[in-house]
Amino acid sequence: MSPLRRRLLFGIPLALAVAGGEGFYIILRRMQQNDYDPHALPSPLIGKRPPAFNLPGADGMQGFSNTDLLAPPKPMLVNWFASWCVPCLQEAPMLMKLAKTGLEIWGIAYQDHPKDLANFISTNGNPYTRLAADASGLTAINWGVYGVPETYFIDKQGIVRWRYAGALTDDVVSGTLQPLLQKYA
Amino acid sequence: MIPELGHFALALAVALAFAQGVIGIFAPGLRDPRAMRGTPALALSHFLAIGAAFLALIYAGVVSDFTVENVANFSSAAVPLLYRITGTWGNHDGSMLLWCFILSLCGATVAAFGNGLPASLRARVLGVLGLVSGGFLLFTLTVSDPFTRLWPPPLDGAGVNPILQDPGLAFHPPVLYTGYVGFSVAFAFAIAALIEGRIDAAWGRWVRPWALISWCFLTAGIALGSWWSYYTLGWGGYWFWDPVENAALLPWLTGTALLHCAIVVEKREALKAWTVLLAIATFSLSLSGTFLVRSGILNSVHSFAAAPDQGLFILGLLAITIGGSLLLFAIRAPILAATGIYAPLSRESALVLNNIFLCSIATVVFVGTLYPPFVNLLFGIQLSIGAPFFNETVLPLAGPIILAMGVGPMMAWKRAALLPVLRQLWLAAAVGLLVFLVMAANRHVIAAVGLAGGAWVVMAALTDIAGRIRLFRVSPGSSLARLWALPRAAVGATLGHIGFGMMVLGIAGMTLATQKVIVLKPGQSTQLGGYTWTLDDIHDAPGPNFSQRVADISLSENGKVFMTLHPARRFFSAQKVITNTAAIRTNGFQDIYAVFAAEPAGSGGAELRLNRHPLAPEIWLGGLVMALGGGISLSDRRLRVGAPARKKPAGAVA
Repeated sequence: MSPLRRRLLFGIPLALAVAGGEGFYIILRRMQQNDYDPHALPSPLIGKRPPAFNLPGADGMQGFSNTDLLAPPKPMLVNWFASWCVPCLQEAPMLMKLAKTGLEIWGIAYQDHPKDLANFISTNGNPYTRLAADASGLTAINWGVYGVPETYFIDKQGIVRWRYAGALTDDVVSGTLQPLLQKYA
Repeated sequence: MIPELGHFALALAVALAFAQGVIGIFAPGLRDPRAMRGTPALALSHFLAIGAAFLALIYAGVVSDFTVENVANFSSAAVPLLYRITGTWGNHDGSMLLWCFILSLCGATVAAFGNGLPASLRARVLGVLGLVSGGFLLFTLTVSDPFTRLWPPPLDGAGVNPILQDPGLAFHPPVLYTGYVGFSVAFAFAIAALIEGRIDAAWGRWVRPWALISWCFLTAGIALGSWWSYYTLGWGGYWFWDPVENAALLPWLTGTALLHCAIVVEKREALKAWTVLLAIATFSLSLSGTFLVRSGILNSVHSFAAAPDQGLFILGLLAITIGGSLLLFAIRAPILAATGIYAPLSRESALVLNNIFLCSIATVVFVGTLYPPFVNLLFGIQLSIGAPFFNETVLPLAGPIILAMGVGPMMAWKRAALLPVLRQLWLAAAVGLLVFLVMAANRHVIAAVGLAGGAWVVMAALTDIAGRIRLFRVSPGSSLARLWALPRAAVGATLGHIGFGMMVLGIAGMTLATQKVIVLKPGQSTQLGGYTWTLDDIHDAPGPNFSQRVADISLSENGKVFMTLHPARRFFSAQKVITNTAAIRTNGFQDIYAVFAAEPAGSGGAELRLNRHPLAPEIWLGGLVMALGGGISLSDRRLRVGAPARKKPAGAVA
């Protein structure tokens, strides 16, 4: 190996670290300017109907397809989750609370094993009216799902009005979800 | 008053740390022996100053001084003493102080026990440690001060997060941090070596115990954290590939690689630049892991809520530490040349193979963790990477390691022959194959592969040790004498491998878990895993800062009761949080795991989750055995005696 090539080789770690650091710097700057929030990303689905899909049921419940979401009787949520996801575990009590208020929540289990899913549902309760399984994760890609948990608000025309990436918290529910429910009631 | 003293001690520590840094780095270059001799004293006083600050914060927690914001927000008078103490580091500001305290402890240890080191190397190592410590102390003092006062003080504090009120989690952060921060010493040695421009066997012998001790703590810390999530989250999950877990796993992987390749430096004076790079990478990953998780970039439940401003400060510190060290590496490392040579088939090559696979796994985990935010930044594409990705990419890479782990330790140094080694391992291979066939016949293919792999690693390690002590070939007494005479490093390595094998067995065994969710009224019973589970009673029980409902469950086999379990639901009134406390009984080879999930309205009974987890204890036991192996290896004679300036002929095996 020539001396120059050897020098360049030893510079690779530095180059990688510099590139990574710069990326983090940009992300942090944009977070500071409220220009970037890793939890609330814009969704290409806002203002549109969900793309075509047809998912089988899971855990003994009925699955659903995009046609089932065309005209719900009242606004509803579609919640993406998985048993392997820790934030989903934290979100579960909130979903149960919302379901008790009469809000319709349909669940899609993302890349989950039926056994783990059954375990998760029995552990944390079942807030879902229907529960579908996206075992391959392809529907998630079509929806633009960033990560689980992720929640979509669908109005009576079947149009996605809001998407939230991350576990629903008290703040998000009272600050964003409740006003949306009133607006589209 | 006491918090003010603590605050002052913290400020003093910043000054001492920077003095230690500047003098330590520059004194050797100026050939000033008096300044060089001063660095250990600075390191010790710097440690004492942080120790005083840390004690002051603990004191404020113990006496529930709610004029300290940190105590008011994360503790309360009703919290038991243990959690008033541990609560001081259960939040961002306090954990920063703990982090700095451990870093200064590492520096003080080098200062106190480093008499055998060349004076210039010791001064430089302490200098690097001082600069790193100074930077993070400055961060603690200026933007995340744990001694901030609150006036008027509240009548009572907000209380400890109920999830953190748990013995497992109380000791998890100090152990894990010691692991993370301990790698700072290996890092400092690497930087000092780059400055000096030379690395020899003595250097390798110095770095290894430090890498080893941090590795032990990191292993134990990860095992503790995983055990905690196993028994708290209440459904038997123990690893989630969460960014925070990955942040701990990454330095563990590179640290394990470092541990193995430092042997090659010590034995053969080869792989020098690579070892230095691993030392830098391990500490850099520890740093990024600890701090970037807190900036909010990565979506994780573990994250401490910290503002992006703090994130930028931290990023600046990371840029100086990591960027500076890698720049030094790029300039100086090319002059480090290997002097020893070895054949492609040798123990050294086996260790290189180990490094390649460990670093491949580390790369995969690293990319998987950072890919989503970066792809979003660059292309505006949103995507998710979860547990399935990691399982599918990491497990295939773990396979070759498991296979090679059995063979590697039995190969000779410098030049080895594969065939005699394989011939010795026939028994391990046969046991592995047998386990595979038995399990595969029962259609548990994943468990079959995992159990066979675990059995192979354990059997191969036992074969290795049996061969060395000539078991069954000489009298048992003389075998025992040989075992006692074996270098501790060899015993430690074998134990480490056995521990890893046990962990693999445990993970594979967990895929065979059986569980049942059922609503039972008192007096009713159900069948699971060959046992009869009876719910005897549901009753209230008092607690210090919570009230609880307890279910009494008894297990019987053939009509004889052999075990009672008391899972509980705890209601924390201060935070309005309910936690489920699982009842777990273990016999070392399986866990009986019961959770009292709910009392469904109208049923008059309890919803119970009953689990039987075969081999689950082996996951954490394996982690502890690994850490123990590291500890035994640390007591090896050549490390106790210290690093001689010239390489002595090492024992027959190591």
